[in-house]
Order: sequence, then C-alpha cells, then structure tokens
Amino acid sequence: MSAKRKGQYAGKVKKASQMLFYKRHVKPGVKGWELHKALGNDYPKVLDVLDDYLKPLDMQVKVVFEEEKQPEKPTIEELDKARFFVTLRNVATKDKLMGWRVDDLAGLAIAISYIVSNKGQVARKDVEKLLGEKIPNWKVGLNLDRYVRYGYLMQDDKGQLCLDWRTRAEVDQKKLIELLLSFDTEADASEMVESN
Amino acid sequence: MRVDLQEKKLGKERLERIIEICVAIENHQVDPFALNVDDIISVVRQYFPHWDQPDELKLDAEALHHLASVIKLQSEWVKQRSTSLYTDPFLLEEKIRHTSKQGMIKVFASAWSPLVESELLSLPAITQGLLYWDGLVPLGDRWKNVDVSIVETSSVSKADMVKARVLSDKEFGEELECFWQELKLGVNEKCLDGKIAYWDFVGAESYEETVHRAFLTAFLVTYGYATLEIDRLEETVDIIPFEVARFEPLSVQSVSVPIAVSVEDWQKWKEGKQL
Repeated sequence: MSAKRKGQYAGKVKKASQMLFYKRHVKPGVKGWELHKALGNDYPKVLDVLDDYLKPLDMQVKVVFEEEKQPEKPTIEELDKARFFVTLRNVATKDKLMGWRVDDLAGLAIAISYIVSNKGQVARKDVEKLLGEKIPNWKVGLNLDRYVRYGYLMQDDKGQLCLDWRTRAEVDQKKLIELLLSFDTEADASEMVESN
Repeated sequence: MRVDLQEKKLGKERLERIIEICVAIENHQVDPFALNVDDIISVVRQYFPHWDQPDELKLDAEALHHLASVIKLQSEWVKQRSTSLYTDPFLLEEKIRHTSKQGMIKVFASAWSPLVESELLSLPAITQGLLYWDGLVPLGDRWKNVDVSIVETSSVSKADMVKARVLSDKEFGEELECFWQELKLGVNEKCLDGKIAYWDFVGAESYEETVHRAFLTAFLVTYGYATLEIDRLEETVDIIPFEVARFEPLSVQSVSVPIAVSVEDWQKWKEGKQL
C-alpha cells in the first residue's frame, strides 16, 4: 500500500471511529448507508482496518443486519441497510456488571434466554411469572419496561415479547443457551452456600 | 364383480379417513408423528390398481397431496428441533430456576458484548453553541406582547357588515343566479355563437372585481349553469352558458380546470381592451 493510500485510509479510519463511538442518534450505532456516504464505497474495508485497531483494546466493530439471520457473504446493499456498532469483545469477570444492578442484569439474562428457547417469542406474563420467582413482583414490570426501552426486548400489542436490535447487537444467543445448559447448577448451589 | 365393488368402497373409505387425519395434522390438532407414513403409503398403493374413474383418481391424488403436507410438517419439526438454538423450554426453565443470580450473570457475561458509545462535548460544538446563543433574539423580543385593549361588546347591523364587506348584500344563490343571467345576456348581445371569451366576461375595471367575477364564474361552471370550452392549441378559454341549469356535473366525476387570474394577466387584458 502506498504512503498516500495509507494516509487516505488513516483519515477514513479516524472518521469511522468518530462516527461509531459518538452518539449521533437516539439509537446508538451508525447505519451502513451513512458510513457509505461518509467513507466511500470501500467502507467495509475501512471498518475491517478499524476492527484490527480495536482488537488490542478488547473492542470490535459489530454489524446487525435488518434480517434476523446474518447473511454469509453480505452484499453492499445488505451492508448499507445494516447498523454498525462498536462493542466490547469480552466482558472481564470483574467488570461483568457494567454498571447494572445484579437483579436487573440477571433478569435480562433470564428474559433473553427464555425468549430464545421459545422460538423468539413469548407472552409477557410468562416472563413475568418466571422473573417473579427471584425478583420482587413490583420490580418485574419496571425491569421489563426498561429492557424494552433500552432496545433489548420488543413488545407487540398482543403482549408478546421478542428480542430487539440491541440483543442482536450485544448478545451471542447461541453461546448463551449453550453456556446456560452446560452450567453446573449443583456446583453453583454449593458455591452459594459457602459464600453465605 | 361384487367383490371388486366392495373392495372399491372400502378403499374409498380408508382414503377419506387418511385425508381427515392429514387435515387434522395440518391444522395442528394432531402431532405430525402420530401418522405412520409407510403404512399410509402401502394403503394408497394397495388400492391404486382399483381406481379407474376420475373421482377415484382424484381422491387418490388428494390423499397423496395431504400426505406430502404431513411429511413437510414432520421435516420442519425435525429441522427446528435439530437447530443449535432449539432448547426444550421446560428444560431451560428448570435450569433458570436452579441457577443463582450470580450464576446467571456469569453465563450471560460470557455471551454479552455491550455497546461502546460516548457522549462528549467537543470545543467546536461548544463554540457553535455559543455563536447560536449570541445570535438568539431574547424571548421578550420574539414573543412581543400583543396590545389588546378591552372593547365593550355591542350589536352590529347587516348593513354595517355589508359595508365592511364581511357580508354580501345578496344571498350567494341569488347572486349566482343574477350572474348567470348577466352571462346569458352578455352572450346574446355580444356573441352569435353562444359563447364568450373567459377574460371578456370575467375582466372588470378593478382587479378585485375581476377576482370576484372569476370566483363566481367558477361556481357557475361547478353548479352546472355554464361550461368551459378550452382550445389548447389556440390557448383560448370560452364560457358557454346553459339555458337551463344542468345538475349532472355534480353527480358525475368532474375535472378541475385551473385558470390563473393574476394581476399581470388582468393588466394585459385591460391594455388589449383599450387598444
């Protein structure tokens, strides 16, 4: 790559990082067409370069497509319609709460995994019932409303809950279910007894 | 012969039963795996040589068609259960119930990569804000107090309203009728072919009067007292009055004809008239 070309890319990477890091709309992230307009036709390449830069910082450029299923080789049109974000690669155990309260984050984890296991849709009252076993009832409704407001869940007019854009951007659903199923609940229970 | 007929009857009944079960499965009333596809196919095969009438063959085809739908449902069920994301909701519910909050968070954190976003002011943004503030007119100037003086309420006569041009001295219908008569008279006096040029009828000494006449003319045409003849090549518009009002135009789909009555057009018409 020539020095001039490198310089051009450096400028585009800088611009892309500003667009992705700083909040521009109510919803976080940037639409593909916005990046296309600002960075040119080769914006997917620019984002790849930015992703390499972010790797040592434990961050990544994440793309959420319009369709729930991610295309194997997305076309430029599909990328233009997608939304791009910067997310953390791994959440270190010590930072795992990321400013959330334990109850709230556990509630979100339960709601998401329950919806995933029910083909992506479940009645709100069923989730409320499940959450109500471990979280005070007065808090269950408030928490669910908050998850909807943040963009993790979506509720239709029939009271059905499904996953929204933020879950698709932030949560590896397959990994979550696998980890939950393989989680050693007996060891967890004895750990809890010891800590108490 | 009689045995063959009995065999046919029995075969038809069995096929009809098969179709009924398949429809129940398609309507999700019965588990798709409650039907043994191999058994059904052997039944269909067994009776197929007996069918020679079109309705019998149709029944056979219908049974096969419904059977194919059931096989499709079975395949979808298997596909859904075999995906890595499929988990028995009951199994997962149990797992969730027996996992502590800390355990749930531990699991969730491993599959969670939260968004990174910043909200930060930059120096140019602050400068832009300050410039905007400097240029912003104070609210007192923008929302000036309207001087409203208290006025005693009193009555006003119709004559005063007419004088103030709030009301017309004639009812609208009456005014329109007079205007129609004026149009008919004008056409009879000035024109032999039963029509008059739009501007020759609408045009008046003042522009305000011209607009008023154009307004009334529009109602004459809309209400079926007259019609317009438009020559797009010559760019002329004529008004043709009807001897008797025709109310059909209100009941059939009508076409709007926009005619501009601008000051320039009025001045041009007036100059042409003077020449």
